[in-house]
Amino acid sequence: MALLEIRDFHKSFGKTEVLKGIDLTVGKGETLAVIGSSGSGKTTLLRCLNFLVTPDRGRMYLDGKLLFDAGDAKKLKEDELRERRLHFGLVFQNFNLFPQYTVKENLCLAPKLRMREDPEMKDRAKRAAFLSELDEKAEGLLRKVGLSDRGGAYPCELSGGQQQRVAIARALALSPDILCFDEPTSALDPELTAEVLKVMRSLAADRMTMIVVTHEMSFAAEAADRILFMDRGAVEFDGPSSAAFGPGCTSERLRAFIGSVSGGERPAGHETA
Amino acid sequence: MSFLEITAFLLRGFRISLLIFAVTLAAAIPLGLPIAFCSMSRIKPVAAVSKVFVWIVRGVPLMLQIFIIYYVPGLVFHYQLFGDLDRYFLLNHGIEDAGRIIAVLIAFAVNYACYFSEIYRGGIESISRGQYEAGQVLGMTKSQIFFRVILLQVVKRIVPPMSNEIITLIKDTALANCIMVAEIIKQAKDLAATKALIWPLFYTGAFYLAFVGLLTLLLGRLEKKLSYFSG
Repeated sequence: MALLEIRDFHKSFGKTEVLKGIDLTVGKGETLAVIGSSGSGKTTLLRCLNFLVTPDRGRMYLDGKLLFDAGDAKKLKEDELRERRLHFGLVFQNFNLFPQYTVKENLCLAPKLRMREDPEMKDRAKRAAFLSELDEKAEGLLRKVGLSDRGGAYPCELSGGQQQRVAIARALALSPDILCFDEPTSALDPELTAEVLKVMRSLAADRMTMIVVTHEMSFAAEAADRILFMDRGAVEFDGPSSAAFGPGCTSERLRAFIGSVSGGERPAGHETA
Repeated sequence: MSFLEITAFLLRGFRISLLIFAVTLAAAIPLGLPIAFCSMSRIKPVAAVSKVFVWIVRGVPLMLQIFIIYYVPGLVFHYQLFGDLDRYFLLNHGIEDAGRIIAVLIAFAVNYACYFSEIYRGGIESISRGQYEAGQVLGMTKSQIFFRVILLQVVKRIVPPMSNEIITLIKDTALANCIMVAEIIKQAKDLAATKALIWPLFYTGAFYLAFVGLLTLLLGRLEKKLSYFSG
């Protein structure tokens, strides 16, 4: 069964219709790459999943249960919204780390704040246990993204690639069901792109469910299980990445798009769009 | 009068100046925040009222505002509130000028809160939306995002403009002598009038300079303390 199912997402900003009825399913452990030219609605779609943008119409199911219905979005209370958001993690294009906190504090801030709100965590011993567990978890995540020696550093002391890896670890610290990436390497120099993609590949290999909006065709081709190609607010192609990048690709537009961003060649290196 | 006696006499006035300075800061720094929030409010009438209020308070001389606060209760309500307070504190506690000082403090606190609110607004609006969004997707509440993520970044950005205002404030306290509060300049003027001594008036500058020097040092230290992060 699909982990995430989206039915008929519509979104307009003023008179501009950005999403024109998006359907999408993501299986558990699947990596979905969302590609398309700028203005095709990929980022808006991702922001809808993370409840940063409220769709005008459409429904979202998680694990078969209704998670969001645009029809009663207005009734949604702030607290419910926060709970639902936590099913998703989001890694931003510009990292958006909290500059005044160290790497490790960035990872632990949100879980700690949640602990303090939790009525079941009033007990001191429970809190201590939670905090030591959280510390271990943070250490583990930093190891995973290859930054176990930088836990005490401030974001301004890190390279862009390192910052983005911290951002990935921070999103994972809340154990989301689905991790979303919004062009995670677009703000990086080409030589820093590789280290971020490497972390994302290892997450894909661990069967983390991921939705990646990207211009990295090589990543989409190699690491993604499926490709969703968006064109002018609609899904133009949705299929396995082998079909998308193979010679028998059924979508004329997708072929043209891949051709244009990879300079006419089949994707191989680490080109940026 | 010896130099030491005159210094002590002026110092008594400077204590009032420092009192006005400290209480104004203590009141205006927090008071500026709700005014800033009102000015940024999405509810249009709230933002409009707040902006008009800030316009008036910043647009009218502070000296005039002191007069207005001091005289309006008597003129409009036929009750000399601050004069009564003067008498009350003098008779019961032996404190001079208390009512006038309260009037000055009200005028100063409101005036500086309005200036601070605009500095806060600029600081808050300069923080990128990404910081809010990062907090949101991490499941934080609006107030957690503001107090745990945004606030310190705002503080760092507003230290230089706030330093300017704070330095201006100690010199503005001299305006209190327009309603005969015995701050340092008033004390020096009294010396000129009663002892025909004009130099103490110029000597007051040394007190301001010394205090501003101290402030510059402290504010510089605060700025340095916040330089461990950039953003």
